[in-house]
Amino acid sequence: MSGTQETFYDVMRRQGISRRGFLKFCALTSASLGLGASFAPRIAEALETKPRIPVIWLHGLECTCCTESFIRSAHPLVKDVVLSMISLDYDDTIMAAAGHQAEAILEEVRTTHKGRYVLAVEGNPPLKDGGIYCMPGGRPFVDTLKDMAADAQAVIAWGSCASWGCVQAARPNPTQATPVDKVVTGTPVLKVPGCPPIAEVMTGVLTYMLTFDRLPEVDRQGRPKMFYSQRIHDKCYRRPHFDAGQFVEKFDDENARKGYCLYKMGCKGPTTYNACSTVGWNTGTSFPIQSGHGCLGCSEHDFWDKGPFYQRLTSLEPVAAESTADSVGGTLAAVAGGAVAAHGAISIAKRGLEKRRAGTGSRGGESGDAE
Amino acid sequence: MPIHTGRDIHALDVAQGDASVDRTSIYVYEAPLRAWHWINALALTILAVTGYFIGQPLPSVPGEASDASLMVAIREIHFITAYVLAIGWLVRIYWAFVGNPHSRQLFKLPFWRKSYWNGVVWEASWYAFLRKEPKKYVGHNPLAQFVMFTVFTVGMFFMIITGFALYSEGAGIDSWQYALFGWVFDIFPNSQAVHTWHRLGMWIFVTYVIVHVYAAVREDILSRQSMISTMISGERMFKDNRDD
Ligand code: HEM
Ligand code: SF4
Ligand code: SF4
Repeated sequence: MSGTQETFYDVMRRQGISRRGFLKFCALTSASLGLGASFAPRIAEALETKPRIPVIWLHGLECTCCTESFIRSAHPLVKDVVLSMISLDYDDTIMAAAGHQAEAILEEVRTTHKGRYVLAVEGNPPLKDGGIYCMPGGRPFVDTLKDMAADAQAVIAWGSCASWGCVQAARPNPTQATPVDKVVTGTPVLKVPGCPPIAEVMTGVLTYMLTFDRLPEVDRQGRPKMFYSQRIHDKCYRRPHFDAGQFVEKFDDENARKGYCLYKMGCKGPTTYNACSTVGWNTGTSFPIQSGHGCLGCSEHDFWDKGPFYQRLTSLEPVAAESTADSVGGTLAAVAGGAVAAHGAISIAKRGLEKRRAGTGSRGGESGDAE
Repeated sequence: MPIHTGRDIHALDVAQGDASVDRTSIYVYEAPLRAWHWINALALTILAVTGYFIGQPLPSVPGEASDASLMVAIREIHFITAYVLAIGWLVRIYWAFVGNPHSRQLFKLPFWRKSYWNGVVWEASWYAFLRKEPKKYVGHNPLAQFVMFTVFTVGMFFMIITGFALYSEGAGIDSWQYALFGWVFDIFPNSQAVHTWHRLGMWIFVTYVIVHVYAAVREDILSRQSMISTMISGERMFKDNRDD
């Protein structure tokens, strides 16, 4: 439980992991953080000397896909992370304690590790009707979240739910599900979006925090730059087909077999910041585009409302959810064209009439002389 | 309006009974402004066409990917033209400071002036065929000014700002484009929305151009002043010298 002063390395060795294996993990992590080989010793030193970070992992409105992803991370092996690198003092999905015993841990960590523990949040709080749509331990989640965040050193918003709101916040958002950073004030919130986030990204973020004793550098949206500063599209291996103008036109066509770009199939890679096209999923086995399916933009703000998933031109929400820029804009231009044609016709007819009435072939410029 | 008979005309082939009238003309659009107008018109056209095909690409190109670069070309033309449009817009703004008073009209909407709104209503009634004759203006008429300001001027800022924000996504978060226009993503955290609104902006401009060209041609014929030639020579020619 909490309070241990053991280091990551101690625990790893105790579990029979060799020093060689440990250093290999440090090198891999350093590479995945984009820090280069020279940083591996620093990571090693940190893990050897620093006490583990106490972590509280809360669950709000969510589907647990972030936890599912996390426990499938390859390097560092999740059992190492969960059991060694951090001391996961509370996580209602995977901890042994239950009921009041489990809830008591929250208070205990809050007092004994005040200002030191990391609050990892999966899911988000619904605010409607006093927060009654999410009541872990019989208490509105929003209250637990605020209390626990107040004494944490940092909050990690795991996944798109905690970062942006995700599906439960999709229009019309019946429970008023609200992203964590809109509720937590005074404690820095790190967003690690994705539905779920990639396991190696999650462990990478934690390793960084442990090694450098600070939050990784974030972009304007509060996401760690090292994993979220480029779009899927920027590093997609199908990009040469995009540049050439070679697209899958239908999912079962020849171009799909040839592995052309999925842009016309609604791939959201051009607007999605995530590491899938570099890190991959399931130990780097594949990622959606590699399997022939476009990116859904799962790590992006309100991606459920930016559909359809299978069209390049997407909803003009919040103004006209069922329309695209082309259906609205095209109609507008067509109406303007029609109006202009009609107005022109009337203008010509009226002028002809005035001329006939005047009884002369008066020149164009003088048509106004009738005043 | 003074009338000159054949004797004053000094043309070799002048015939008995030839007469001419004096027409007032005012130099309204200075050369840089006219140049900007036509460059901007061309840039807008290119941007709308290339932009359309960025969102709805042409049918796939056959052959090796390394042998083709259709999307690169379309996007590159869009970006180069976008720079022309944006730099032109900066020059145009500069010209509003140093040019003649008419050069400032594009950036002004006399919202609080009652007489201005009366002018808008009057001009609308001319377009609704309720008037026999329009009024004369050296610059834009009040209705035109309204549309120019709310659609064109605002639209230009919107397209340039959203366009450079989109551009910064490719240029990277260390780019000056991101430093200057990254705030757009505070408003639209998902850049898919920026694409959508940028694209709707294109349609607004297409609509604007339809109306603008129609109004210019129609006014050229029916109003009491020149229109199209004015944007070429700079001279606004009045067809009569009567008061309104
Ligand atoms: C009024 C002038 C402009 C028009 C009509 C226009 C039109 C368009 C259209 C229709 C698109 C496609 C949007 C989509 O479906 O995804 C587009 C994309 C884009 N435009 Fe513009 N645009 C204009 C000005 C600009 C400017 C000034 C810039 C600044 C650099 C710019 C940069 C871009 C970029 C970066 C894209 C995205 C390209 C991509 O996704 O590959 N545009 N534009
Ligand atoms: S498949 Fe998607 S991410 Fe890859 S190049 Fe095409 S549009 Fe971009
Ligand atoms: S490819 Fe896109 S939709 Fe798929 S996991 Fe990555 S970011 Fe999410």
